Amino acid sequence: MTTIDTARLASMFAAIADAMSADRDRLCALDGIIGDADHGIAMELGFSAARDAVAALDTGATNPTTLLNTAAKSFLNAVGASSGPLYATAFMRGAAAVKGKATLDDADAVAMFQAIAKGIQDRGKAEPGEKTMMDAWAPAAQAAGEALASGKGLAGSLEAAVQAAKAGAEATKAMIATKGRASRLGERSLGHMDPGAASAVTVIEAMRVALTD
Amino acid sequence: MQTKKIINDGNRAVDEMLEGILAAHPRYLKSLDGSPRSIIARDGPRQGKVGLVIGGGSGHEPSFLGFVGKGLADAAAIGNVFASPPPDPILECAKAVSGGAGVLFMYGNYAGDVMNFDMAAEMAAMDEIEVRTVLSTDDVASAPRDQRHKRRGVAGNFFIFKAAGAACDRMLSFDECERIAGKANDHTFTMGVALSPCSLPQTRRPNFEIGPDEMEIGMGIHGEPGTVRGKLKTADEITDEMLDKILDEMAPARGDKVAVLVNSLGSTPLMELYIMNRRVKQRLDDIGVSIHATWVGNYCTSLEMAGASITLHRLDGELQTMLDHPCDCAMFRAG
Repeated sequence: MTTIDTARLASMFAAIADAMSADRDRLCALDGIIGDADHGIAMELGFSAARDAVAALDTGATNPTTLLNTAAKSFLNAVGASSGPLYATAFMRGAAAVKGKATLDDADAVAMFQAIAKGIQDRGKAEPGEKTMMDAWAPAAQAAGEALASGKGLAGSLEAAVQAAKAGAEATKAMIATKGRASRLGERSLGHMDPGAASAVTVIEAMRVALTD
Repeated sequence: MQTKKIINDGNRAVDEMLEGILAAHPRYLKSLDGSPRSIIARDGPRQGKVGLVIGGGSGHEPSFLGFVGKGLADAAAIGNVFASPPPDPILECAKAVSGGAGVLFMYGNYAGDVMNFDMAAEMAAMDEIEVRTVLSTDDVASAPRDQRHKRRGVAGNFFIFKAAGAACDRMLSFDECERIAGKANDHTFTMGVALSPCSLPQTRRPNFEIGPDEMEIGMGIHGEPGTVRGKLKTADEITDEMLDKILDEMAPARGDKVAVLVNSLGSTPLMELYIMNRRVKQRLDDIGVSIHATWVGNYCTSLEMAGASITLHRLDGELQTMLDHPCDCAMFRAG
């Protein structure tokens, strides 16, 4: 059983921010094919802002809910764009899911993870199959829940989430976009991975490493 | 290879541009204390008037803040390059221009803008400010005609915001301002063509690839792929191809009246725009459509993209009154 405290959650945002900086140009290139080429920039900006905002908190005196809400607000105000409202809503829902907890056990962490995915779905109103980040987040959330229920623990659950997200992102290549900016392309979006799904894999992988390794 | 730009730091480009704009136009514009990405008209917002807040990503200058001023928009919320502003600066704009008669949010129809402006509208409602939203959807190339509500907003914003700004400045009711704004959108049709890409200040890489002898009709103002890619044609052929699409939808009758905007996407010079406009005039003359007014130049750009757009705004008596209503903004004056 893992116990995740506020400092560990702060390190999670640092890990995601590092991963986004490393991945920025690949994401911009993916977005350049079917969108406007700024997705990597927005994701790097947002998670860097979230990292800096939670790093400024006194983690000893902050609960996970406050930390996640702080990350959400700083992400939103640094970015705007599409990813701002989506990830901000995600972390606010994550915050609500762990309200009242001083630390998170495996079930809490998976509940937070699933609430993050639900937040993105609620704000963006995309369903799986529409070639958006939900095509990575939705199967990842489901896989994490199933793995936890089958007794896999947090590490196994988040590993299952990573694998499901990767498969989901890969599957977006065969989809025609019906939501978001790429939806104007129709069939011309075929054959290309959705940049939002690609970045979701990077986020989820960084969360797995930060929360379980 | 990085593209060449006159910048200091890609991440500071928007804020440094705003500093320069405020330095150039102090009589027209101010930024809010504590919310530097909220740009407010010095003259315009007043008690009893419907407030008009526009906004969107940077990189389209003079859109959007160049249209902030008396008779047009009361405020613009400024986003990062090609990215919607977050809710906070939008909310601060709404608060700053609210005169108790409601606030209109107007912007191009993009998923990110819709989410951020809607969040700001929800927050404004908590502050007792009623917000209504009119999206511009003038880009003919971006969705079929039976799905007009899915189309992007592009250079036609110019006419749509102008009509709404006039309605607000004439102290019309919230209902009327909203109705006229929506009608102006319904009467506005734009087609674009791109010849070469732009590059974001942070990446300095071309945001799409296109052959040295190619053009793409229907490309969006962020480099979103268009509808047809082909060999570069002559100005008359390109203009015809774009006008055919617009006229097919607008279906003007002989004797109808329009306003014309021939807009550069950034680096296409006035010479080429006027060559296109020559053809626009010929074509409209041929079908007996009269031109009430024409604007040619940089109105809604896409950084240094080469290319142009043509917008026709079909006028009736009401929209002509709105178009002719005087406005005085930092980067645009009329009437």
